[in-house]
This record gives sequence, C-alpha cells and structure tokens, in this order.
Amino acid sequence: MRKALIEFRNVSFRYSDTNPWVLKDLSFSIYENEFVAIIGHNGSGKSTIAKLVNGLLFPQEGEILINGVTVNEETIWDIRREVGMVFQNPDNQFVGATVQDDVAFGMENRGIPREEMIKRIEDNLAAVGMLDYRLTEPHRLSGGQKQRVAIAGVLAIYPKVLILDEATAMLDPRGRKEIMQTVASLSEQQGLSLITITHDLAEVVQAERIIVMNQGEIWAEATPREIFSKRNQLKEIGLDVPFVAILADELKRAGIELTKEPLNHEELLEELWTLHSKT
Amino acid sequence: MNNSLIIGQYVPGNSFIHRLDPRTKITIIFFFVFIVFFANNVPSYGVLVLFALTCMFTSKIPIRFIMKGLTPVWFLIIFTFILHLIVTREGTVLFELGIFEIYSGGLIQGFAISIRFFLLILVTSLLTLTTTPIEITDAIEDMLHPLKRFKFPVHELALMMSISLRFIPTLMQETDKISKAQASRGVDFRTGPLKERIKAIVPLLVPLFISAFKRAEELAMAMEARGYQGGDNRSKLRELQITKLDIFGYIIFVLVIAVLFVTRTYG
Repeated sequence: MRKALIEFRNVSFRYSDTNPWVLKDLSFSIYENEFVAIIGHNGSGKSTIAKLVNGLLFPQEGEILINGVTVNEETIWDIRREVGMVFQNPDNQFVGATVQDDVAFGMENRGIPREEMIKRIEDNLAAVGMLDYRLTEPHRLSGGQKQRVAIAGVLAIYPKVLILDEATAMLDPRGRKEIMQTVASLSEQQGLSLITITHDLAEVVQAERIIVMNQGEIWAEATPREIFSKRNQLKEIGLDVPFVAILADELKRAGIELTKEPLNHEELLEELWTLHSKT
Repeated sequence: MNNSLIIGQYVPGNSFIHRLDPRTKITIIFFFVFIVFFANNVPSYGVLVLFALTCMFTSKIPIRFIMKGLTPVWFLIIFTFILHLIVTREGTVLFELGIFEIYSGGLIQGFAISIRFFLLILVTSLLTLTTTPIEITDAIEDMLHPLKRFKFPVHELALMMSISLRFIPTLMQETDKISKAQASRGVDFRTGPLKERIKAIVPLLVPLFISAFKRAEELAMAMEARGYQGGDNRSKLRELQITKLDIFGYIIFVLVIAVLFVTRTYG
C-alpha cells in the first residue's frame, strides 16, 4: 500500500452561503508517485478540487490533508511548496519578463539563493526542452512553450505533486500531446504524483486511475479501460467519448469481437491486425 | 504573431554605455540635468556638447535611432528658440521683422536654451536606448530602497512596473485582435468625423478592459499558487553589480563637472 499524499475527508464546498454546493461530501486519496486524472464536464467541481488542494480556497466542511498536514491558513505556504500547479491560460500565469525570470519567480518567493536558482533554471528548462529560450520574452513564445516554461517553474521548487488544471485546454492538439508527454516522463523520473484535471477524455489514457466528477460528487473511480467501457453513461454526464472508443463500439455492432477495450489508436490497430489469426 | 514588437526603444549592444550598471546611468543623467543649467558661456557649452556626443558615439547606437527618438521634440526645441528670439529684449537690435524686433540677446538666449534642451533629450534617450526596461525597473527598485523605512512600497512599485512591461505586448496583440474582430463586424476606426472615430474606440476598449481584469485575477491566483507573499524574504535572480566600468564612468563624469566649472569661471 502506497502512502496517501493527498487525502480528502468528507469535503464540502460552496462559494457562498446562498450558492449551491460545488462539492458534496467528497472523500478520496491520491498516493505517492501516482498519476490520477480527474475528469468531468464544466461545473462538475473538478477545478475547485485543485484550488482546495493548494489552499486557494478552503472547504466549509470536512478536511484536506497533504502529506499528513491539514490545509489551513497557517499551513498553506508550506503546502504550496509541495503542491505545484499549472493553470489553463498560458499568458495569465507568466510573471517574468523573460523565460528565466519566470522560472525563477517561484524560487525567488522562497528565498532560494541566486547560485542555486541559476543551476535549477538550467536543469529544469533543459528537462522541458526550453533551455535555448532562456532569455526570450513571453510574447515570442507559443502557448505550448509558455506552458512548458510554467511547468519548469513549478518543478524548480521540487514539489511532491504536480497538478495540471486544464493546462492543455488552450493548446492545439500537438502542443497538448507534447505537454502530456513531457509531464508524464518528468513525473516518472522525479517520482512525483501527477494530477491532471481535464474534460478531454483522450488525454487521460496514460493515467493509472481516473476519478470522474459529476455535480460535485464522484461518479466513478476506476482505470481508464473500465471508464472507457461505460461510454454511454459518460455521454449522459456530458463528456466526449474518444473517437477510438466510438469506433470500437461500431466494430462490435458490426460483429467484430475485440478482446479488450482499446485505449488509443495503437491498441485498436493491434486488435484488428491480430483479429483474423485469433478466429 | 508580431515579432517586430519592441517595448521602449532599447537597441541591443555591448558597448561601454550598455555595460554600465543602470544605477550608474540614472545617477549620471540625474546630475547631468542639473549641470546643464550651469553652463553660461561658449566653452562651458562646448564641454557639455562634447560629453554628450562622446557618450553617443561610444554607445555605438546608429544615429537614425537617436534621431527617431528626437523627432517629437524637434518642434519643442524650435518653438522655444523662436519664443526666446521674439520675447527677449536685451542687447542690440539686430533687425526688425514686421512688428517684431530681434535683439542679439534673444538670439543668444534662444541658442542656449535650444542646446540645453537638445542635450537633455539626447542624454536621456541614450539611457532608454542602451538599457532594457527591466534593468531600469531593477535600478529604480534598488535606488528607492531607502524609502522602505518610511513604509513606501518599493517592492510593490517595482513589481507593478515589471508586470506592466511584461503585459504591454500581450495587451497590444489583444488590441489588434479585437480591433480586427470589430472591423469585421463593420466598426470603422479610420474614416469619418473625429467624434465618430472616438465613439468607435469604445467597442475596442470595453472588451480590452474586461479581459485585462480577468487576466489580473488569474495572474494573482497563479502568483499566489507559486508562493508569492510580498517582498519580504525574497531572493532575486537579477542582480545589479557595480563594476570597475562604473567607477571609471563616475570618474569621467566628475572630471567633466570639474572642467565645466573651470570653463564657467575662467572661460
């Protein structure tokens, strides 16, 4: 059993007393080195979860523990050291005048000495493949490049968990893929937990576990393969089913039996070209 | 994407002037502004002009960039020259021009003031031409540091300046996008009476302001998530350093002042 890094205990949250509950009596855990995807349609409460983890919001009821420490006014600054967050809009989270200034921002806030900062800037920009852009201004970068800089800036403070809050929503498909690959390989190398929050099902196939949110409650919690097999119900709660899953459905209807639920094009291809030898 | 977008008028380079600490440059310019008014005869003006031109040539900035910086002020220089020419009534009458009498004192006064103006603008534009806006911000933060004792928000001011500088190109790109979107819906920004054109700016400004507020909110949240807690206990990546070059620069400037006062008294 792995150690629980983030623990939600009966958490309820609403923005004000007159508003409806955004999260209702929510309990779940995320473990060390785990890759979890939280999905749900707009307004399902998924982004609120990210803000609660980081102490940008506080729950009205229940308790959130990060590495065994309860999130409250006194502990948020220590918790933000352990929880790195990348937001949706690439432009609105770029603070520095140049790439290296932006990567330094989080470290400056924590009073890390200059020599150490320079070393970490180099290491982390190299890790996201942006070292050549050290002195570039943000308006000369693409959205995907800005997001990679944001990731480098977050990783430079060595967090234990990285949260991507719709971080790829404003990118083109290629930028999206690049970011997800970068993040997945980095989190594996550095042994950090990864939480990606999205409404795009195609993005979550690499995750170990998916938490599906609907109307402030956990609708399902399972592996990607299990989730994808419930595609009709997913459609009902407003999520887009990936093309491969729809194609697999159509194939089944046409009488072609697949042995397992395909997650991506490669798996479907594998199923199809081995089909004849099986039957 | 508009790649020709440059904030301010910084021209990259590696000259002596470029490599000076921005604080040195600001300090020298600050005192230069004062000593310009101490010049009172031809040799002392000569010293100042020589100093300014030497700075200009050592900066290796192409003349056309400097001239471009001076264009908006040519009018002012010429205007003050003419004003002094007409208004001053000292010395002998040189000639009469309709109802105006041109005195020799007016001519001298006009020249003196124009040269002062020209020198001030030349030297200050050299600062912005050889220093990046962010360096200037760092210098201001550092130089205002003593005011912190009087609860003056120095760090916050510098942060505000650097964030504005960072967002100017972003907002310019956005303005461009909005104006194209509005033009495609039939808003005319270019023709028609002035009143109509000013009215046409409203549908440009409203979305721009709304998005700027939204950006501000998101940026504040992102900064907080990255552990920003104000200026205390922060370390800094960009460091200003006084080097031998700066000391050399100060010595030259002090010598210029000394020569100026000598020529002023004995010239």
